[in-house]
Amino acid sequence: MAALIRMIAQRLALGVLTLFIVSVVIFFATELLPGDLASTLLGQAATPETVAALRRQLGLDLPAPVRYWNWLTSALQGDFGVSLANRRPIAELIAARLGNTIFLALYAAALAVPLALILGILAALWRNSVFDRAANAGALTAISFPEFFVAYILVLWLAQSGYFPSMVRISPVSTFGEKLYMAFLPALTLTLVVTAHMMRMTRAAIINLMAQPYIEMARLKGMSPLRIVLRHALPNALAPIINVIAINLAYLITGVVVVEVVFVYPGLGQLMVDSVSKRDIAVVQAIALIFASAYVLLNLTADVLSTLTNPRLMSKG
Amino acid sequence: MGWLFLAFGIVAAFGLAALLRRAAMQLAPTEWRSALADMPLTAAFGLMVIAIYIFVASAAPLLAPFPEREVVGSQFQPWSLQHWLGTDRLGRDMASRLIYGARNTVGIAFATTALAFIVGSLLGLWAALRGGWLDQTLSRFVDALMAIPSLIFSLLLLTIFGTSVLTLILVIAAVDATRVYRIARSVAQGIVVMDYIEAARLRGEGSWYLIRREILPNALAPLVAEFGLRFCFVFLTISSLSFLGLGIQPPLADWGSMVRENATLITFGDITPLLPAGAIALLTVAVNFVVDWQLYRASGLKEQAG
Repeated sequence: MAALIRMIAQRLALGVLTLFIVSVVIFFATELLPGDLASTLLGQAATPETVAALRRQLGLDLPAPVRYWNWLTSALQGDFGVSLANRRPIAELIAARLGNTIFLALYAAALAVPLALILGILAALWRNSVFDRAANAGALTAISFPEFFVAYILVLWLAQSGYFPSMVRISPVSTFGEKLYMAFLPALTLTLVVTAHMMRMTRAAIINLMAQPYIEMARLKGMSPLRIVLRHALPNALAPIINVIAINLAYLITGVVVVEVVFVYPGLGQLMVDSVSKRDIAVVQAIALIFASAYVLLNLTADVLSTLTNPRLMSKG
Repeated sequence: MGWLFLAFGIVAAFGLAALLRRAAMQLAPTEWRSALADMPLTAAFGLMVIAIYIFVASAAPLLAPFPEREVVGSQFQPWSLQHWLGTDRLGRDMASRLIYGARNTVGIAFATTALAFIVGSLLGLWAALRGGWLDQTLSRFVDALMAIPSLIFSLLLLTIFGTSVLTLILVIAAVDATRVYRIARSVAQGIVVMDYIEAARLRGEGSWYLIRREILPNALAPLVAEFGLRFCFVFLTISSLSFLGLGIQPPLADWGSMVRENATLITFGDITPLLPAGAIALLTVAVNFVVDWQLYRASGLKEQAG
């Protein structure tokens, strides 16, 4: 038990360190900017006086480490400063959209995870069958498609015929059922893309396990293949499968960016794309920090969970 | 009806690929014949598609009926004999832009992947060869950069440096080089402990000679397969960024932005804007098929040798 707690503490410490480094990279990337942020922002209107005034207003006259510290401490308290484009508080811009993005990602995950696990297990069970080959070819094709291609095919097929809306108009007063209906096409797009990856990885993990001697033993004593997979292979495959799920949930985080734009979904991804084209570095930094933290935290959770399901991994530390 | 055409097209393409494989086996020198004989049909199809793309990209000005940037008619014309795929929202010829897109989109993606590979693999091989603090510093730095999802990091860098073709190539290459570095380093780590490296060191050869003449030839097979996979990834990333309006900028013809500009047609049931997206998907599938075959061959050959 003590070893377990120590392991978790170690991983958490490593995670915090990673988060710190990520925040440093995101913050100091702006320092790479050729020239000065204030004069870039002002463009034509840059006179020495206006530049100096804007520098003071943005806190650019302070040394970089001090600015980093101020940025990080206020970001941790939920204050991301103001947008450079429209001077509105960034926290306000993000708040409404963060919930929508999390909703979309969870919706897609709820569809994709069971689907991918069932398909992956069946493909491993009926290895080299027609089903396995078809599932593999389908997965390889889906991986090769850009997300917007999948999205527009679904629009052409399902929205054209009027089954589902091709634009998502979610307002704060929408009921849960309405939201599920509205967000179905974006969620389905993400599901198709993620399921392909997840299914291939699940299949590989199960096939890897099926070569183990204890599976051979179970087979020799006359167990049915389905029972072998469910009772013997699956519990031992949990660690790799948890990893697969985490990697793909992390993939969903970046996948939402394109899909949100296609369906005009009011989420963080769309805000980020808008801000990139306006070169609103403050907003982009804040959203990048949120996405990157979610990514790091997901990987950390997967790491801890898979170690818990497989005590042998612990000694590797 | 459309589905029937699609199915027929796929069957016809595979049939043509089988014929070409036959022809290649007759013409190829003897030492290649065994490799060609066990080439699966999917790989033959992939190679055929890649060859067609290269041909279209290099002969674009000859094949395209209209210039890339010229407005030649009214907006959103339907398919006709004069404008095979109609015109786009500014009245430019869609078919010509699709053909020029092969040059721009694929060319830029290829240049980016090549740059990422040169930088990433040289640094990776160098780190594995030298070891010690150089390896540690580079590897920890790459680890830190890889903790940020690549699309998010690219978007951040594009905000800072602005969107032009040059910054696009440099930013994506820099982000992708971290992934190449990891692979190259882990491949090279198995090689640098070999006796022939030690022998070359004792002969007094420098790092550059060791990388170029001793390590690179032995690391080439896995790196080539990786090049295919990374190309697919870079190609999809650049297309996505162009689709978002942050990648290749107008008036250059590019498949990603062509989809975005004409997307309104899709809601009217017109499939024209899907064609550039399909062109992206087809090339990625083709490269994946060839890489699959190469990986399978590499593992098969290894088993025979071991």
